[in-house]
Amino acid sequence: MKAQTLYDKLWNAHVVRQEADGTALIYIDRHLVHEVTSPQAFEGLKLAGRKLWRTASILAVADHNVPTTGRAQGIADPVSRLQVETLDSNCAEYGVNEFKMNDVRQGIVHVIGPEQGATLPGMTVVCGDSHTSTHGAFAALAFGIGTSEVEHVMATQCLLMKKTKAMQVVVDGVLGRGVTAKDIALAVIGKIGTAGGTGYSIEFAGSAIRALSMEGRMTLCNMAIEAGARAGMIAADDTTINYLKGRPFAPQGELWDKAVAYWYTLHSDEGAQFDQVVKLDAAQIKPQVTWGTSPEMVVAVDGRVPDPATMNDAVKRDAAERALKYMGLKPNTPIAEISIDKVFIGSCTNARIEDMRAAAAVAKGKHVAANVKLAMVVPGSGLVKQQAEREGLDKIFIAAGFEWREPGCSMCLAMNDDKLEPGERCASTSNRNFEGRQGQGGRTHLVSPEMAAAAAIAGHFVDVSKV
Amino acid sequence: MKKFTLLNGLVAPLDRANVDTDAIIPKQFLKSIKRSGFGPNLFDEWRYLDHGEPGKDNSGRPLNPDFVLNQPRYQGAQILLARENFGCGSSREHAPWALEDYGFRAIIATSFADIFFNNCFKNGLLPIRLAAEQVDELFKAVAANVGYKLTVDLEKQTISTPGGKVYKFEVEAFRKHCLLNGLDDIGLTLQHVDEIKTYEAKHRAAQPWLYA
Repeated sequence: MKAQTLYDKLWNAHVVRQEADGTALIYIDRHLVHEVTSPQAFEGLKLAGRKLWRTASILAVADHNVPTTGRAQGIADPVSRLQVETLDSNCAEYGVNEFKMNDVRQGIVHVIGPEQGATLPGMTVVCGDSHTSTHGAFAALAFGIGTSEVEHVMATQCLLMKKTKAMQVVVDGVLGRGVTAKDIALAVIGKIGTAGGTGYSIEFAGSAIRALSMEGRMTLCNMAIEAGARAGMIAADDTTINYLKGRPFAPQGELWDKAVAYWYTLHSDEGAQFDQVVKLDAAQIKPQVTWGTSPEMVVAVDGRVPDPATMNDAVKRDAAERALKYMGLKPNTPIAEISIDKVFIGSCTNARIEDMRAAAAVAKGKHVAANVKLAMVVPGSGLVKQQAEREGLDKIFIAAGFEWREPGCSMCLAMNDDKLEPGERCASTSNRNFEGRQGQGGRTHLVSPEMAAAAAIAGHFVDVSKV
Repeated sequence: MKKFTLLNGLVAPLDRANVDTDAIIPKQFLKSIKRSGFGPNLFDEWRYLDHGEPGKDNSGRPLNPDFVLNQPRYQGAQILLARENFGCGSSREHAPWALEDYGFRAIIATSFADIFFNNCFKNGLLPIRLAAEQVDELFKAVAANVGYKLTVDLEKQTISTPGGKVYKFEVEAFRKHCLLNGLDDIGLTLQHVDEIKTYEAKHRAAQPWLYA
């Protein structure tokens, strides 16, 4: 048989039928649902008098709108509250498993899926959220969908789609001190651009990827969408299997053994052909900091803000000029001289236990700089929060002047009260530095948790590999 | 879903790359549990000088005179002309809902982000990819001619200029069929219930842990 990529294997295992033009009906194993992109889907289902095809495939949680303080008082904003209540009532009506706001298992949908073992290798995983690519870290085919497609999966357990092309991103070698999966992600996007992965699914491979923990792999796959790719994925190995063992939704006993035997087949075969291969040397990757309003506008921390005047492509030059104006930056400014107003450590990219530990290790025994108005740590789930507190990380953060919050999406997209004011500059471990993303007029610099913590302490960006 | 067959519409140019869905419809409007009413907040942060909130009356808000859609010559535009990677970022379908609610029926760009591209087809909005040089030509033509209109013919897969130039575009056969006939995807898929059930039985036998 022809050598197959991991993507081929996952795709082929889920084709229900195929149209003449290649459009296929793909079966969906896991459907994650949150409050923002589901109300119109439930409404559509109701209006058409349709039922859920397989209720047990759905796991729901409110994450985007939830407050990160004062949970006991409920949600103050009536519009947000209505949206969360709508999720609660839809889940109750349809018998959907939902982790409610005050359930300790509540958290960011892309943190809790894997944490519960609800994301398993070989699955197709969808969610009305672009960062669903996160789950590909488990050798799953996982991608974000729109609300019409949410409704389609609810009613049919399937999606209409065409196979993408396959890209392999190979990162070999050993990462330097203080260099993380986030830096790999940003370096890849810097290299191929935010549209570099459009029309592709990306498999991350190579010795540096195999050496990553599951948390690191999730961070990397999470940002595959920022490279424009439909999905990101990594082959299953011992790290994957060890992470999943004993998780609440993971199989047990005989079924576990049977599953594991299958999961070990989930890798690209020797000699499998990719439509494009991109290679990076792990040792060359430095801690990354974005300077503009697209994740591809990124440089190493020891670099400088680029000068648009040196750019030949008119569209890129125009975009860079616009970005510098929005960001309030001058060309050629050393990144390390950019001071910040706020720090956000959290999001589906970087709010897992390992991220908390990494940031705490940098903050331990130090204090947030006087010019930093707010440094907040928002764990990805109630269970991450609990674990961090068992390890005393909360005390380290609080002693260092950080705020320790309740779990949710928070200032990654600022749908709740956590936001930047116009002109404020933030070191953020989130995934998007778009204009207005963290609040209208807010200026976002994407970095790793270590880099964010170090920036909080110094009041400006610093090379964490030298701290 | 609304059918799309033939459109003769005014073109508005949005000359920047990587227009993301946060810009198309900012997050605060995603708190709505409805599918409609997003048009007045399309491009909210670029279009108005103040801060928009859901439920706020938009009629008296100060408009940003520098934003292209606020120029008198582009009022009533139905075709949006854009650059590469249009619709990148968040999967929010509120973005095509807002564009459609505002009055757009087609978007012409060098490239689109995948999820946004899909979402358009579910809402009777036609995203058309043209080569960078062709998009450039159209930007120049729009700038030079007030009231510049294009004719989009989905059946023939052509865009015709007032001067008689014709651009061919690609569209997948299945999507084209659905859009031309205004077909509801779910209804179509449910015609294959037996095949889904057959697949499910086979899948369950092969990977029983997924159904435990």
